[in-house]
Amino acid sequence: MSAPSNKISRRPFMAELLAHRGNSLLVTGLGSPTWDCFATGDSPDYLYSWGGMGLALPTALGVALAQPARRVVCVTGDGEILMGIGSLGVVGDQAPANLAILVLDNESFGETGRQRGLSAGRTDIAAVAKGFGIAKTMTVTEQSAVGELAELLFKTPGPVLAVAKIAITDDPWALPEKDGAAIAHRFRAALGVDKA
Amino acid sequence: MASDTDWSTDVFRAMQARSIATVCTVPDGGLTQLLKMIEADRQMRLVTLSIEQEGIGIATGCWLAGKRAMIAMQSSGVGNCINALGLPAAFRAPCLMLVTMRGQWGEFNPWQVPMGQATRPALEAVGVKCYPVDRPEEVGETFAAAADIAFNSRGSAAVRVSQRIVGAKGFGQK
Repeated sequence: MSAPSNKISRRPFMAELLAHRGNSLLVTGLGSPTWDCFATGDSPDYLYSWGGMGLALPTALGVALAQPARRVVCVTGDGEILMGIGSLGVVGDQAPANLAILVLDNESFGETGRQRGLSAGRTDIAAVAKGFGIAKTMTVTEQSAVGELAELLFKTPGPVLAVAKIAITDDPWALPEKDGAAIAHRFRAALGVDKA
Repeated sequence: MASDTDWSTDVFRAMQARSIATVCTVPDGGLTQLLKMIEADRQMRLVTLSIEQEGIGIATGCWLAGKRAMIAMQSSGVGNCINALGLPAAFRAPCLMLVTMRGQWGEFNPWQVPMGQATRPALEAVGVKCYPVDRPEEVGETFAAAADIAFNSRGSAAVRVSQRIVGAKGFGQK
């Protein structure tokens, strides 16, 4: 099993972090990042995904470009960000000041049987982000850093990226709505854009 | 016969008339004029991608947040978008693509042919409506029709601009 030394327990960590969210919009990556955000408190400000691996960040970038006055936070996993790693270059290039990225990194493919992921080895996602021009990054290894992390994700001019080294844990299933049209409608209605 | 500039201008005007103000692209030679017009217009945003599938996510995200976007790419890029096209389908979001063809008409480079030939069946296999255009004077109206059906029906549509229009790249050969 990978990530043997990661200490952060994802559900209490996300609950404490999202208490600082304010009115930020969340775009959640498929699998556990979606389950975590839903488990800690559902909101129409949350755009959940159940598929399209690699697209959480481009989707969040689209939301951020369309809603420059709103903070947008992409919450995704190590496998997903690595599948679409070039998107960090697009984010670095567009440089939206309202976009933040949180990678919940358990160094494994959690949904498919916890197989070892690339970030268990020599890949450092925060360093990669810096290389793509995302200057402000942070790697968090303890829950005690939540305050500092919240400041980065919800307040600091973006684009910013944080990696949270989370443990592999057994958490209760917490599945949100899976009908994409219903998710989209709720999100758009909350933004007041349903006629676009 | 209309030149590249003419059909690019027609597409550009159709975009403006429909408030499509964000264009995501991995560039193609056939898109040069259109991309220049977009870059020069302060009301429009050009988003350069690392791979075409990112454009599907960005355009979907834009629409989910109340703005219209599209993706412009070469036919080879269509192969990079197939799984991603499940995203707008699941959200019932519109997805508009402008595809300039390679590997279709007088191609010099054999490496372009397999995906060029597979572009339409691959798109249709994932539920994208295809609108092929062979004549430059019909690109603008075809684009407008595809855009309207995509945004009005919240579906995916692709305009395939024939290699007859954009021309076969010669690689300096005769």
